[in-house]
Formats: sequence, C-alpha cells, structure tokens
Amino acid sequence: MASLVAILDLKGKPLIQRSYRDDVPPSYVERFLPIVLEIEEDGQQVTPCFSREGINYMHIRHSNLYLLALSKRNANAAEIILFLHRITQVLVEYFKELEEESIRDNFVIIYELLDEMMDFGYPQTTESKILQEYITQESHKLEVQARPPPAITNAVSWRSDGIRYRKNEVFLDVIESVNLLVNAKGDVARSEILGAVKMKCYLSGMPELRLGLNDKVMFENTGRTARGKAIEMEDVKFHQCVRLARFENDRTISFIPPDGEFELMSYRLSTPVKPLIWVEAAVESHRGSRVEYMVKVIAQFKRRSTANNVEIYVPVPDDADSPKFRASTGSVQYAPDKNAFVWKIKQLAGGKEFLMRAHFGLPSVKSESEVGNRAPITVKYEIPYFTVSGIQVRYLKIVEKSGYQALPWVRYITQNGDDYSLRTAHEKGSAPIRQST
Amino acid sequence: MSSRAPRKGENYELSVDLNSGYAEKRKDAIKRVIASMTVGKDVSGLFPDVLKNMQTEDLEQKKLVYLYLMNYAKTQPELVILAVNTFVKDSDDPNPLVRALAIRTMGVLRAEKIIDYLCDPLAKALRDENPYVRKTASLCVAKLYDLKPELVIENGFLEQLRDMIADSNPMVVANTVAALTDIHNAASARPSSSTSDPGIFIISPTILNRLLIALNECSEWGRIAILNALARYQAQDEKESDHICERVVPQLQHANGSVVLAAVKVVMIHMRGVRREDLTKQLIRKMAPPLVTLLSSPAEVQWVALRNINLLLQKRPETLSTEIRVFFCKYNDPLYVKVEKLDIMVRLANESNVDALLSELKEYASEVDVDFVRKSVKCIGQTAVKIDAAAERCVHVLLDLIDTRVTYVVQEAIVVMKDIFRKYPSTYEGVIPTLCANLDELDEPEAKASLIWIIGEYANKIDNADELLNIFVDTFVEESYSVQLQTLTAVVKLFLKKPDSSQGIVQLILNKATACDSPDVRDRAYIYWRLLSTDPGAAKAVVLANRPPISIPRTTVSSALLEELLGEISNLTSVYHKPAETFVGMGRVGVESVQHKEATFNDEDPFSAKKALQTVAAGQYVENLLDFGNEATLDGQPTGLAATEVLTQPAAANLMAGVSANPLDDLVSIFAAPSTNVISSASPPAPPTQHQQEDLLGLF
Repeated sequence: MASLVAILDLKGKPLIQRSYRDDVPPSYVERFLPIVLEIEEDGQQVTPCFSREGINYMHIRHSNLYLLALSKRNANAAEIILFLHRITQVLVEYFKELEEESIRDNFVIIYELLDEMMDFGYPQTTESKILQEYITQESHKLEVQARPPPAITNAVSWRSDGIRYRKNEVFLDVIESVNLLVNAKGDVARSEILGAVKMKCYLSGMPELRLGLNDKVMFENTGRTARGKAIEMEDVKFHQCVRLARFENDRTISFIPPDGEFELMSYRLSTPVKPLIWVEAAVESHRGSRVEYMVKVIAQFKRRSTANNVEIYVPVPDDADSPKFRASTGSVQYAPDKNAFVWKIKQLAGGKEFLMRAHFGLPSVKSESEVGNRAPITVKYEIPYFTVSGIQVRYLKIVEKSGYQALPWVRYITQNGDDYSLRTAHEKGSAPIRQST
Repeated sequence: MSSRAPRKGENYELSVDLNSGYAEKRKDAIKRVIASMTVGKDVSGLFPDVLKNMQTEDLEQKKLVYLYLMNYAKTQPELVILAVNTFVKDSDDPNPLVRALAIRTMGVLRAEKIIDYLCDPLAKALRDENPYVRKTASLCVAKLYDLKPELVIENGFLEQLRDMIADSNPMVVANTVAALTDIHNAASARPSSSTSDPGIFIISPTILNRLLIALNECSEWGRIAILNALARYQAQDEKESDHICERVVPQLQHANGSVVLAAVKVVMIHMRGVRREDLTKQLIRKMAPPLVTLLSSPAEVQWVALRNINLLLQKRPETLSTEIRVFFCKYNDPLYVKVEKLDIMVRLANESNVDALLSELKEYASEVDVDFVRKSVKCIGQTAVKIDAAAERCVHVLLDLIDTRVTYVVQEAIVVMKDIFRKYPSTYEGVIPTLCANLDELDEPEAKASLIWIIGEYANKIDNADELLNIFVDTFVEESYSVQLQTLTAVVKLFLKKPDSSQGIVQLILNKATACDSPDVRDRAYIYWRLLSTDPGAAKAVVLANRPPISIPRTTVSSALLEELLGEISNLTSVYHKPAETFVGMGRVGVESVQHKEATFNDEDPFSAKKALQTVAAGQYVENLLDFGNEATLDGQPTGLAATEVLTQPAAANLMAGVSANPLDDLVSIFAAPSTNVISSASPPAPPTQHQQEDLLGLF
C-alpha cells in the first residue's frame, strides 16, 4: 500500500500530490530527487524502489515526469509500481498527453481522480472508461448530479447497463509484434511473438461473447482435429472481463465485453521466427576522414504480402557529419539525435531485395571514447493481412437477450515489436555479407 | 475569530471572493485556493471562509472543499468541528457518491473532534444498500482503527467487518479483506499483541471458501487483497493445499502483473503442503509462461519481476531452465534491468545453453556502458566457475576481450581470471604471460591485487616473477592497502618457492610493510616475519596451504530467509532481498530479531544463521561485503566472484560500491570473516585461517 502519491517534474518539484495515510509526512516528497542525485553521484544505479531512513520510495518515469509513491511499510511493490503506470494510463486517456502543462491545467480533476483511484493506500477503480462516467471535465455543466455508476462495484465492473447502438458491430484486430535479435553471425539469438487481440465493441445491452481461435490446446482437450494449422500459445493474458476459471477448464474464451475499445487478450509465442525483414550493413571506416555504409534489405516473406512503412535505423558514429545517400528505393535521412540514419521504404514487396549506400565525413580529431556506437540495426514495419504465428479467429459468437444480429469484422496485422534488432553491421573485412538465397 | 489574513494580498482577495454573493465566483475562488495549496502556498488562514462553501449541491465544489479540509484539518483542529454538521448530513444524502465521499473524507481528517461524530454515520454506511458506500465504509473502519482502535472495538465494527466477508458484492468483500488485513497488521505490530487481540484476523476455512469465490469476480486490485489474505491462510491438510493451488492457478492468466505475482506467491506458499509430485510439477510448469510474459512489461515492472524471479529460481531453478533467451538484454533496457537479467542468466546457465550465453556476454562486453561491461565480464567468470565443461571456452572469450586493450575490460578480465585460477588450479597457466603483458595498464587496486596474487601463486612457473613483483615492491608505499597485502603475500610465496633468488626482495618488503601505517598490513608482515624466522616449515604450511576451491552458491540468502522472502513475493522485502525489519520501523532491531527468527525457523543448516546475519548487516548499512574479512585469510582473496555472490542488496546498487567507511565494519566483519570459506564452498574452514588467528593472538 502507498501512503502518498505524487507527480514530480524532472527537477523533483512536486506538481501535485495526495496523501492517503498519515505515517509519511508530505515533505518527504521533496527529498526524492536529492536522494536520486546522491545515488547517481555514488556511481550506483537508481532502481525503481529504494529505501532511505525508513521511507520506501517507489517511482516510475513517464516522459518528463516522475510518478512517486511513498510507504513506510513492507509494501506490495509490484502493485504500487503497476498502479503508478495505471495512473499515467488514466491521465493520458483523460488529457491525451500527460505532461507538466496538462497537470497544471487540470489539477482539480486529477485530485478527484486520485481520490477515486486509491483509498487509504489501496488501489480502487482504475478503469478510465468507468471513471469517465462520473468524473468529467464538464461536471459543473451537468444538470443532474453524477452518481456512482453501478459498474464500479458490479461483478461486471467494466460495463454499464443500458448501452444502445443502432447498428451492432464488433471489430477485432489481431496484432502480432515480433521481437527478434540477430547476432553478429547472422543467427537468430532470441525471438518471440507478442500477440494482442484488440476489440472495438459497439453492442447494445449486456451481450455474451465467445471467441474461438485455432488454439492447439483446445483442440487437444476436446479431441477434435484442427482444420489447417493450430497454434500453441505459451502464455495468454486476458482482460478482466474474461472468465479465467472457464478458460482454465475448457479453454473457452467467454466474456461480457466493455463498451468501445479495449484489449481483450494478449499472448506470447517463443517459437523461432525467421527475420521477416533482413537487414545487413557493410561498414568501411577510415578513421579521421570518412565512413561508408552499404546496406542491404531483403523481404523474407511470401510474395503476396507487402510490408508498409518500413524504417531501417542504421547506427553511425556520433561525430559523423556531411551525410550523402544513394538508395535504389525509398528515401534516406540522417537522424543525428538518434546517432543513426533512417532508410524509409513506403512499400516493400515480399521476396524483394534492395541496396543503399551512405557516406559520412568524420572529424580528423579522434573522439574521446574508445568504444564506438555498438547499437544494433533496428527495423520498423507493418505487414497487413498476415500473422506470423498463423493464429486465426474461427468464430465470434454474440448472444444478447434481445436477440439482435451483430457483425464481427476481423483484421490481421504483423509488425515489429519494441525490440527488432540485428547486430549485422560488419566492419569491412570482419565478416562476409551473407549471400541471398 | 481565528487569525485572519491581513486586509490585502492574495489571501485577502480570495477571502473576499469566497464570501461573494455569486456562486460562480465562490467556486472559482475555491479553485484558486486549491491551486495555491497545490503549489505549496499556505492558505490555511482561509479555513473558515472555505468551510462556508461546504454545503452545496455542486459535487465538484464539495469535493474541492473536502480536499481542502483533508489538508488543513490538522492545522485548525478547533475549527474542524464546524464541518461536522455538513459531514453528518452528507452521509445521509440520497446520492451514494456523496454518502461515500463524506465517509471517506471524515476518515482521513484525523481530528479527534471529528472522530467522535464518525461512528454513527460509519455504522450506517457499513449497512448501506449501495455497495459503493459499503466498500468505502469498510476501509474507513481501518482508518478509524489506525486512529483510535478502542472506538472500533467498542462499536463492534470488527464483528461487522467479519460479517461483510459474506457480502454479496465481490468488491465489498475485497475491501473488507483489505481493511481486516490492515487492522491485523497494525494489531500484531503492537509489542503487547497476543492472539486474543480483537484486531487479529484469523482466516477460517469458511472465510477461505468465501474468498476463493470472490476471487474470480472482483476487480484486479481486489484480487490482490484477497490473494494476500490467502497467502496467510494455514492449510489444514494436504487436500486443502491442493485445492487452494488449483483455485488460484487461473489467476496466473490475469493481465495485471501484480495479480500474477500475488498468485505466484500464494502458489509458492501452499505448494509447501502439496505432496503430489505431479501436481507440484504441473504448478511449476504453469508458473513459467506468466513469469516470462512479465518481461514484456514496462521497465520498472520488469525490474520488480526480475528481482522476484531471481528468488524463485534460487528455490526452484527448474522453473525457467529452458528460457534463458528471454533474459537476453535488449539494447535499450535500462541498466538496472540489464544487471538483474545478467544475474538470472548466470543462474540459468547450463551446458546446453552456455554457447549462446557466452556469445551474448561477449557482445555486452563491447558495449559502451562501463558498469554493464564490467558486470558482463564478471558473468563470464561466474559461468566458468559454474560450468566446468565451459571453463575453457570462457577463458578464450576473456582472452579475446583482453585483446581489445580497453583498460576497464582488461582489468575486469584479470580479476575474473584470478577466480578461474582459484577454481581450476594449474589448468590455464598458459594464459599467464598474456595477463602479465598487461601489467602496465592496470590502475585499479582489485585488478592489481588479482594479478599479483596470480604471480605469487604461480611464482615457480614464472621465470621473471621476481622482476614483476619488484615493480610493485618499488611502488609499495603508494599502493592501496589491498594491493600492499597482496604484494606482501606474493613476495613471501615467491621466497618460499624460490628461496635462493629472492632473499633480498623478501627482506625489502618486510621492512617496508612493517613500517606501513595500516595495522593490517603491518600485522601480517610481522606474522610472516616471525613465521619465516622461527619455523620456515610452518610458514610453508600456512602460506602455501591448499585453499578450498570456490563455487557459485545456489542461493544468495540463507535458506530460512529465502523461505521468508518467497512468502512475501511482490513485496518490497522480496524486491530488496532483505528481511522487512531491516528497512521498516526503527531500522535498529535487525540483528537480534533475525537471530530470534533463526531460532524459530529451526533450520538445520548451521551456516544460514551466519548468512542471515550478514544479510542484515549488509542490508542495514548497504555496504559491500567485498570489503569484509580480508584480514582473516592469509591469501586474502575473498573479493571477486566468491564474495559477490553474498551480496544481497539489488545488484545494480553494488556495481560500483565503494570502499566502506563505516565504523561498524569491524563489527560486521566478525560475522563475515569466518564465513569466507562458507561462501566459497561450505567446506570446513581452511587451516591457514586458524593458524593465523592463533598467531595473531600470540602477538599480543
């Protein structure tokens, strides 16, 4: 539990804070940053939780802000750190952006939210959709006084009664993000698929939904054989609306959905993935004068698919200057803030292969650091109508007591995860460029 | 009238507006008051003016006034009474939001005068027909208990709370459990507490069943409260343990990572009562994927998860034995995450994955961040010590790294090589010339000391050992004490191995060392001198004695403490890897209470008590155990690998831990000294230590 929650700017000045328990004086908030600086000065790492003089400081960073919780006890660190993240989520959903200015402009409503989201140090309601039903920026304009939506305490705490749509529709997005690390030898050192099923629900009443996937375990349990490929999800996480015990029993995904947009489930597969987009670079570096790159990209997926908005980030020395580029397709830009150049290809068709060259000047005086920029090459992309894992929505059944018909729409997309990196930038002479086969 | 602000300035203007005849103007003024409060200006003087605006139909305005009251009630205790009427009235409002707000706010005002008026509305709120009010009221009982426990007991609120565990609404059940647990903790923390204290919350089998039902229905945070209560439950028999585990396992699928960790905790605790081998296996198998998924969370959550996973692996290394790749560092991971991942990678290293691991570690060792690079090099050494079959490959990687000639990489690699020499004596002598070739580049005491130790240890194999050591003898006075100690010992070893050629150098070093201003160096020099002059045979037995080989211990904390920490998964205790007494409360109780606890844990491992004491000592003073106990062993090598493993604070905090300047170190080293061997291998203390201690006594 937390005794106090505060949002601080980067200088450690509290922008807003709320005490929940009396055992930690609010003045301790201002000690946070000096302690952080002290730890840094000692050459140590500032970890998300640390203890000083009997006070435990737990914090997260969000853009230019610290969110801080204090406790005197052996508090549940996981709960509090996640709660702080949830605060940022809710505030972002309220104000689009969470930054110093949006906090100053909205302090009244933030106080209200902090009062509602935590009581006596225990997290309460953190569903922003429900909160928005009774805590709004225009509350004083309402003629009728707000009342607690029954959803706060219902067993179905995520959906309110009496929702009506003229046209009942459900949109399902199956999004797979590929995280992958290719080592210098060109082997895949680590790969995983993080999948998410996102829904946009525009359904009336209290509909009961059942989602069928080509889940291998489910097929095995029921003794049925899958038509086509079945996939084995390693870990499945559900939105709180899904009945976990039911899933545990017979792998049925059944739920009453929240209204509007939400993430129904996420899953992970660590089956080895071959890099869908392969990039390698040959680097020819002439110390003190120039450095040259030859970058090759290969789209290693079926011809009928196309990757959109491909961005390839190739790291360069931080003192590189006067860039010159030549690309057989797309456009190249220098991004000095990232110490990299970016090769952007709007559409990359499957099976295709392209080359580009880059030339940078280097200052004649050698830079201080002995070690160069060792960052890997990173790639961003989106491949629509395609999932790497082969997951498929078999059915989505919608039952509501009024008996309306609803239309489910399904879309698939594969994209890069937050870590799609290749350590395949080779100094010339160190390793040969791989022949495309 | 109370102290009013002067008739000018901002507060005066606010006061005028707060008393304005126009509602809009008053509300605007309240907002400005709150704005001033937010930026830290003192607006307590406006108390009576703000209070006048409390009775309003405007919910937002009411909330603002309440907020103001929460902040300043303590500064104006005599005026708070004026608010009581409105509070009591609000607690009867037809709108449940207002009723709950009144109850919630009254509970945190912490003013004696209000408290007396709280009990009646609270009793009513606990029976309110609206669950939102009931869930707010149940937490309010805990607030009241915090302030005046006797009021809670007199009014029978505790009984009422216990009845509310059967409430039809899962959220009310969750908050009631949270409140009862909070009261339980407060009651049991009192020194005079006993099991008969009314505040003690014992979970009966009936309550257990209600909790298991509510668990599936309530909100994510409510689940955590319930899971925490389940963790405290004492299972009656094996069947019940099985049942609890089976009912809790579905929670591992929850999207909220703290629910997952809370479920892991419950399973780890109740698994102790599970006897069925197949169920245990199944539970462990089910825990692994959710733990891996936590690594896709934001960095801070990852870190908390990693700290806990580290503990889990100490108890059940098989849990993630095939998952080492998910712990590979991402380039953009914050350093505190990378460091934890490194620790876990070494923990998971085995013969089948060691090649992939080494190739990663080598890659890390060429990154930019110095701390991360050093830690990676250290991990290569730990892998070598851990996996005999991979030692040679590790040595090759280290030699490659030494080839880079990046000074801090070279120095760290030499420190690590020394540990490899300790584990595999006389196996890799071929690399000694390469190490010695880098002698001029060393500027860190630990690296110097390590190289000197290697030279001394293999003095008979190195032709120019005396020349090499001479370099350090020449600069002896300027070196740090640890280097001095090593130089001294190495020269004596050289003399014992090659007496003919090193008579001069040994005399020189003894002269220099006995004149040194460090008592440790001086004492050791005198001991050697006496030994050499009285009985060279004994000197050989002491100085050249075989040291016990080192190994990587499976746990970083005592087994008793490990069990305690596993029972606290997701709490700060298990994040810090320290018992709660070391960082909550007065912070001074540590050692005694842990000793007491050790006694109650009734553990058969004779060393764990010592380790727990070390943990406490290390925890309280956040010092580096590396520096302890140097004085006790003649070869003086508790630094490096063997010792790093005992560290209990978050690994990141230790990366660069400096030399301790704590006066209590000596005290601490009393615990630490005899255990250098314990850490190394849990083998009997090496004879040299005893000899030396006897001789030490002989000196006085």
